[in-house]
Amino acid sequence: MGKAYELRLYVAGKTNKSVVALENLKKFCEEHLKGKYSIEVIDLLEKPQLAEGDQIFAIPTLVKKVPEPVRKIIGDLSNEEKVLVGLDIRTKINN
Amino acid sequence: MHIDRSEIEETGEYDLEGLFIRLGYAIDSIGAKRVALDTIENLFAGLNNTAVLRAEIRRLFQFLKSKGVTAVITGERGGNGLTRQGLEEYVSDCVILLDHRIINQISTGRLRVVKYRGSVHGTNEYPFLIDDEGISVLPVTSLQLNHEVSSKNLSSGIPALDKMLGNSGFFKGSSILVSGTAGTGKTSIAATFANTACLRGEKCLFFAFEESPKQIIRNMRSIGIDLQKHLKEGALEFYASRPTLYGLEMHLVAIHKAIKKSRPSVVILDPITNLITIGSVSDVKTMLVRLIDFLQAEQITVMFTALTLNNIVNEQTDEGVSSLVDAWLLIRDIESNGERNRGLYIMKSRGMKHSNQIREFVITDKGLDLVDVYLTEDGVLTGSAREARMLMEQTGEIIHAQAVSRKDRELERRRKILESKIESLRSEYESAEEELNKVYVEEALKKTDHGRNDKQNCRSAQGRLWWRRKKCKQKK
Repeated sequence: MGKAYELRLYVAGKTNKSVVALENLKKFCEEHLKGKYSIEVIDLLEKPQLAEGDQIFAIPTLVKKVPEPVRKIIGDLSNEEKVLVGLDIRTKINN
Repeated sequence: MHIDRSEIEETGEYDLEGLFIRLGYAIDSIGAKRVALDTIENLFAGLNNTAVLRAEIRRLFQFLKSKGVTAVITGERGGNGLTRQGLEEYVSDCVILLDHRIINQISTGRLRVVKYRGSVHGTNEYPFLIDDEGISVLPVTSLQLNHEVSSKNLSSGIPALDKMLGNSGFFKGSSILVSGTAGTGKTSIAATFANTACLRGEKCLFFAFEESPKQIIRNMRSIGIDLQKHLKEGALEFYASRPTLYGLEMHLVAIHKAIKKSRPSVVILDPITNLITIGSVSDVKTMLVRLIDFLQAEQITVMFTALTLNNIVNEQTDEGVSSLVDAWLLIRDIESNGERNRGLYIMKSRGMKHSNQIREFVITDKGLDLVDVYLTEDGVLTGSAREARMLMEQTGEIIHAQAVSRKDRELERRRKILESKIESLRSEYESAEEELNKVYVEEALKKTDHGRNDKQNCRSAQGRLWWRRKKCKQKK
């Protein structure tokens, strides 16, 4: 569990979904990855050029850059199971 | 853009605002006017939530419209509808359906405009061709029959045929069908026509579907036509291909392209019959209708050759084009006396006074010619029968002349005989007359003597009478 998590959340303005997604993400991270994560929120309305790098097409999208492999989770992160599996956290907890 | 299904987890609600932001950014950064999305399935394939998908596709079209760009979006065809989601065709302004079909082992790409808002568009399916010069779609059949017509005449290259065609030949921009059974000289007529056009300084495009250009050049040399020269000068162009190379419609597209490229004034298709192998009769007919339409609009004279089979009794077949063409020459084998000869008919020739007589069509090493057939009580004579007849008539004339002169001589002789007879009679008459004269003279001479001896004569006469009486008495 040594590696830190680098997470990016892409949003487009302060929409309902974006806010929900950010809240959910913060909650999961506090619960499972306390002290080992960093969250970067990118608003594509301000910096549209950044969308290309991570091949973003849906909003909101959570991108896990580190640790490998890169995973993307789209949606407002309301399903905790899927988010944890997507972030490769779930298996570790089981261990 | 790349979307990898395996990298993505869907959780909860989302929309595709990110895509729009990227698109908008890309459009704005280069000031794009046109956008191509190839293919739309690629964008949405990774997503399971069809409800979101459908909503977002709809939003995508609206978004592109609001951006003021013209977007070309390609999409896969769905199982039942035109598209995968079944709504793309409803939200777009213009839908073009591309299709690929294989008929008789020949595949043809086809294109159909399903809808085009705000326009009167052709609704039919048209083949299209992709080659090294890009995509070409067959132009739509001219919907109105209002192309220009010319009353200029073009010689067929056979003076006797021109004479049959109202003394002038074919009309410029008309379509001519030459049909006949195998080996009747259809290609020769076509080549002669081409040759004449080239000699006039016009450009000719020869579509050969049966023989290779070299074969045609060699064969035509045997009847005294040098096509090689025209080929070298660029007046003549060959376009040879096997009919089975493409589908029928593809041929049409290819023919169109070739014509557009070289802009000829005379086009020859030899033969159209071979196209039948790759399409049904009605297909060939529609293709030829379109071709004739196109050529007439371009004022190009076209000559088709068509093979008629002996077993086809109905003369109106010929791929059904006979009603479309302006002039129709039919060459038929006339079989008699153990030989076959060619008879040429003009079945029709619109807009001119043409001969309705059969002519014997002869191919010599100096070219083609038409000979008047011999009409006799036995029917039409052609070939050696015609020659024999001509010979017979010639000898007959000599015999007749001889007979006449013999009769003349006979008459002369008889006249001479009669004249000599008359001569001899006259001399006979003269001698008789002379004799008679002699008698008269003698008589006259005697009369003068008579006066002197009258008494003596009387006495002797009385004495003779007395002696006769005495003799009678003695007998009693």
